[in-house]
Amino acid sequence: MNKILVSGKVEGIVLKSNDPINFLGTVDKKTGIISDKNHTLFEKSLKNSILVFPSGIGSSVGAYTIYSIKSNNTAPIAMICKKADLTVATGCALANIPLITIGDKEFESIKTGMKISLDTDSTNLIHYQ
Amino acid sequence: MELTREEESALKGEQGETMQMAYRILVATGEATDAEKLIPIEWAHLSGVNYNTIGDAGEEFLSTISKDARVTVKTTLNPMGFDIDNVSNYKLDENFISKQLSIRNSYETMGVIPSFSCIPYEIFDIPKNGTQVAFAESNAAIHANSYDNLKTNKESAFSALASAIIGKSPYSSLRKEDTPNITIQMKIKNPNELTYGMLGFYAGKIGDTSVNISGLGEMDQRQCKAMCGGMGTSGTCAKFNFGEGDSNTEKIDFDEKEMQNVHDELNTSEKGDLITLGSPQLGLDEISDLTAKLKGRSFQKRCMVFLPRTVKEQAQKIGYITELERAGCEILSDCCTCLTPLICKDDVDAVTTNSIKGAFYLKNSNGVGVNLKSLTEIIEDETR
Repeated sequence: MNKILVSGKVEGIVLKSNDPINFLGTVDKKTGIISDKNHTLFEKSLKNSILVFPSGIGSSVGAYTIYSIKSNNTAPIAMICKKADLTVATGCALANIPLITIGDKEFESIKTGMKISLDTDSTNLIHYQ
Repeated sequence: MELTREEESALKGEQGETMQMAYRILVATGEATDAEKLIPIEWAHLSGVNYNTIGDAGEEFLSTISKDARVTVKTTLNPMGFDIDNVSNYKLDENFISKQLSIRNSYETMGVIPSFSCIPYEIFDIPKNGTQVAFAESNAAIHANSYDNLKTNKESAFSALASAIIGKSPYSSLRKEDTPNITIQMKIKNPNELTYGMLGFYAGKIGDTSVNISGLGEMDQRQCKAMCGGMGTSGTCAKFNFGEGDSNTEKIDFDEKEMQNVHDELNTSEKGDLITLGSPQLGLDEISDLTAKLKGRSFQKRCMVFLPRTVKEQAQKIGYITELERAGCEILSDCCTCLTPLICKDDVDAVTTNSIKGAFYLKNSNGVGVNLKSLTEIIEDETR
């Protein structure tokens, strides 16, 4: 279901993960690089991406990691999830990173490298370019 | 979510950046939990205090927002990492101590009562029935909903802080009428606090937002706290309803087999190098009972006893603390077994405890072995 958790308007390139993300312990809070060898985005940087992933998992302290990468200018410019979890929701709220959820079908259609724009004031939240 | 005009304006930033961020947190939380509006709360209890859990990012965040954020309702605070009165007896580095004190200072600057306790329901007066509160500490949220006739969600550190600043909280899940997804029938005879902790842990795994629970006899405060602590550790469920529930609700037994499964999951050692009591922290009744049980006896190994500072002060006046120290107890206020930096796997192989909550975090966070025993067994086996 489409929900707007944190509003905003951005344009950028998709970085997609089919794995959920545990921000505490998986993401380096200085560099914004995924440091977990077992994650599909291992060694990828989240910086300036539109990060698309199913949901966050793990400790709620992970919200501080999202706040940290934003403070260090290594955060995604927006996040899109299938399911809203409190860690990512509060993390994006702290850091003022736009966050929406979308349905399964739309989630499937989005691929890494696509250029999209996200506008929470528009009826179509996502525009594909 | 439906916001009032004033709430909308705050969310747009017309009341400053801090209010805007606090509203962003409540709106994001509310949308994630299907709340339709915000409602006033009278008391917030915050987690996210121990430097061991929130780290540098948390310390920096709190330091930044404390410059202008102020709480607008009664706000109390979870334990931190150590007791300043005896921190020099433990191997904590200067960095840990200074970062922890910075966190304490930030919360005090924001107007939070520095209670450093995970049992606010035992050391503060309980407001009238049905009062909306916002408790982030899991055992306290469950206790408030189940025993104190208060209403709270199992808040996150952030939603509780934002609620404290705004004085409102999302109207979702347990604030409304809830339907338990399952009824657990307690089948264990002669349960002690360890049994109730395991029952709570089991309930937290299978419960959705709340569970029915039947077959409980009379319980003392220690047992109630153990059950709430156990449940808060294993899931997101945050309320016990006492009774069978209606006939449509699925029924399941908590029997010897289920209890053994929980025991096998958390009990990893035959014996402990030291003992901890308190997770949740001990209240005055428990301290009184412990003092009586230790009359004429002494621990044969280290025993750490965790309690709120206010309880320590009361216990000191009555003379309990002198007695407990005579029996070999290390008395620690402002902190707790749960996520303590004072127990390190370099020095300790295993810890004996009667707390399921403590056991879970000792095993998974401190990385030490755990030996589960009831308080009665601890006194029998570990004192002379």
